[in-house]
Amino acid sequence: MKNYVIEYCLRLADTSLILGQRLGEWCGHGPILEEDIALTNISLDSIGQARGFYTYAAELEGKEKTEDDYAYLRDEREFRNLLIVEQPNVDFAQTIMRQFLVSTFQFYFFDALKNSSDQTLAALAAKSLKEVTYHLRHSSAWVIRLGDGTEESKRKIESSIDELWPYTGDMFDMDETELVLAEKSIAVDSKKLKPLWEKKVQEIFSEATLNVPQNIFMMSGSREGKHTENLGFILAEMQSLHRAHPGVQW
Amino acid sequence: MTKDTQWPLWEVFTQKKQGAPHEHAGSVHAADKELALQNARDVYSRRNEAISIWVVPTEAIIASTPEDVGSFFDPANDKAYRHPNFYKTPEGVNL
Repeated sequence: MKNYVIEYCLRLADTSLILGQRLGEWCGHGPILEEDIALTNISLDSIGQARGFYTYAAELEGKEKTEDDYAYLRDEREFRNLLIVEQPNVDFAQTIMRQFLVSTFQFYFFDALKNSSDQTLAALAAKSLKEVTYHLRHSSAWVIRLGDGTEESKRKIESSIDELWPYTGDMFDMDETELVLAEKSIAVDSKKLKPLWEKKVQEIFSEATLNVPQNIFMMSGSREGKHTENLGFILAEMQSLHRAHPGVQW
Repeated sequence: MTKDTQWPLWEVFTQKKQGAPHEHAGSVHAADKELALQNARDVYSRRNEAISIWVVPTEAIIASTPEDVGSFFDPANDKAYRHPNFYKTPEGVNL
């Protein structure tokens, strides 16, 4: 059972870390100063969430593991992040759409996980929920403004939906590890979150005058560490310093 | 002069604790009031500096000009009797 909880923590941590790393790429490149700060704030929230879950995994695993071992010394196939968070930023519209789709999921996910029978997971979820509530508010506001904005903003946000939609199904997949943990009320049954997620997305898309895609083939694989070609490049950049100088400190 | 292509400017006021006044923290650019509030939150309270935020369109603020200084403020200089400092504060009153 302990190994299942460790695996679960790594999944949650990896998703938050890779999303944080992606958003961090905007640092110094935001469309305006205020939005540059907003995106990197969200990035730091995500990295903070990742640290919490890695630290708990390290505590359970023992063997003097630290959060850095998980973040910097694992390879692509060992990462368990959701496929959608490793998708490239492309432009502001696609970054916002990715954030909106993920934040909506995380909002319902952490809201459920805060009732976990594992008290550490419940506490980490309660803290993360506050952060994600803001991420959802910020990204929703932008989806509405870009969708119902200019011809150009609409074209860009529509193309971002086409790019990202196939990766949304992966968020709700359940495998044996999660089913066993959900049975014991430790993990969230993500499948059950899908109707809530769809309702919220529909609501914001309607306000943004955007259409929800129908009958799209869904990619899957995050739970087995099967990634898109993007993750390798993210890790190469994120891990290079630590691998060149093992144990380096600021 | 180049044309200003920035979004409208908003003045940000933050309150540090319950009961304290909202004080001017700075300004942000934003296209509308909801995003002005969010930008203000991200720029001026991300390090836990505030418990409440106001944003006000900069153009809604009417300010005195340097030319007003003489007529506005100088007459206050020589009227010491306007300041209530001829009274002794009773014991037990904390100012």
